[in-house]
Amino acid sequence: MTSASVLFDAPGRRGRLRNNLLTVASAVVLLAITVWAVLKLAEKGQLDARVWEPFLTAEVWQGYLIPGLIGTIRAAVLGAVFALLFGAVFGIARLSDHRWIRMPAGAIVELFRAIPLLLLIFFLWFLAPSVFGSGDYALFAIVLALTLYNGSVLAEVVRAGILAIPKGQSEAGYAIGLRKGGVMRLILLPQAITAMMPAVVSQLVVLLKDTALGYFIVYVDLLNMGFKTLPSAYPGTKLSAAVVIGIIYIAMAMALSAFATWLERRSRRSRKTAARPVAIATVDGGGAGGA
Amino acid sequence: MDELIEYGPELFSGFTKNLLLSVLIAFFSLAVGTILAAMRVSPTPVLRAAGTTYVNVLRNTPLTLVLAFCYLGLSDTLGLIFSTEVPLTNSFWLAVLGMSAYTAAFVCEALRAGVNTVPMGQAEAARAIGLTFFQSVRLVIFPQAFRAVIAPLGSVLIAMIKNTTVVAAAGYTVDVAAVMRETFDTTGVSIPIFIGIVLAFLAVVLPIGWYTGWLSRRLAVAR
Repeated sequence: MTSASVLFDAPGRRGRLRNNLLTVASAVVLLAITVWAVLKLAEKGQLDARVWEPFLTAEVWQGYLIPGLIGTIRAAVLGAVFALLFGAVFGIARLSDHRWIRMPAGAIVELFRAIPLLLLIFFLWFLAPSVFGSGDYALFAIVLALTLYNGSVLAEVVRAGILAIPKGQSEAGYAIGLRKGGVMRLILLPQAITAMMPAVVSQLVVLLKDTALGYFIVYVDLLNMGFKTLPSAYPGTKLSAAVVIGIIYIAMAMALSAFATWLERRSRRSRKTAARPVAIATVDGGGAGGA
Repeated sequence: MDELIEYGPELFSGFTKNLLLSVLIAFFSLAVGTILAAMRVSPTPVLRAAGTTYVNVLRNTPLTLVLAFCYLGLSDTLGLIFSTEVPLTNSFWLAVLGMSAYTAAFVCEALRAGVNTVPMGQAEAARAIGLTFFQSVRLVIFPQAFRAVIAPLGSVLIAMIKNTTVVAAAGYTVDVAAVMRETFDTTGVSIPIFIGIVLAFLAVVLPIGWYTGWLSRRLAVAR
């Protein structure tokens, strides 16, 4: 171990020997597991070229994966935009001085954070035709549900971000004669945005993953196109399709996470804010995964 | 209101399945998550890398894909079958497997974050007064880490309970979400049914949130 750890002292001669033995033993065990998995895959014919070749052809990408990916990104972008708006409005509303604004906003945020997202999607999907007449409401149901759920989590992030700013900042604002709106707009929000950006981006990763719930209401997304439609056109590709779209999801999510980490590092360095970055874990229900 | 009363028993039986799943998954994911966390903080680079890879893969894959993979990939293609006679029993255990694997990644991250909240000075002081590795973990580090972990673990638990509505992706189509969908398919959308199910979830999820929040504040380490 190069970096210092809370748990371990720098090992001495015997400790190093023990660690090396442990490394070798665990490497052997992991290798054995890998070999077993590869043999098992080969036995079931999952390593045959037949299973993987379709993913090297243009038709598979043009016909299935790219349209699916566009569907996923469309739902994620729309959901993100509306969720950010929802979060900003309700986060600020929860800090209002007026009880009649603060209480309903709080109740809505708490409620939508506790409803399982899939139930909300089903409900909106079945509700929409009976309200607006028949049509395809898959995108509508997903975007609205993502907005309500992630918007509520983001509202908590916004609230935590504003509360994290030292009281002296708003007091100084009032002292120079600003009103409530001015203090919020000119003093608190610019600093809070810097502090809460990493948590916001982490929540957007959750939102991106949650678009996969469109699988249940036959929305044309990456999971449906890649895992339902594609294997029925190319029999026997279930497992390889899962691996390929899994890699695409992981790549998108990790790129966003890396962006969040970079933002966090940058906002910790910057002196534009008096607040410490909001950790997503401090907002309960946030960052705990979604589906 | 009539629909809720008419379909109440079916919906309730679906909801009990969600609760049963939650208990099993909580147990398995805590066990696996603890092992993963131990791997990720171990002094062995191979184990650390394996733990990190596992967490990054599972945490960044949508749960729906994980469950569908268990169902169509592991079971259909690779022949992992828990029960040959009853397809639902097979799906049940596949759902437990997939969700435990997924949740374990989050449990691991919560535990690891807890260990990292213990300041370096605590461990150094423990070593300075001559405690052995196990003594310092048992007497100094673990008690502090455990308290920091309660609230995040509560959040993970709540997210997991809500996520049990997704198990239909593993072919287990008798949970409350699937029953609700079937009901909506036959009778059309029903607001009382939706509100009833939401209240049932709130009744389980909110007390857990309050209790873990209260416990973590009560046990918080003053620094």
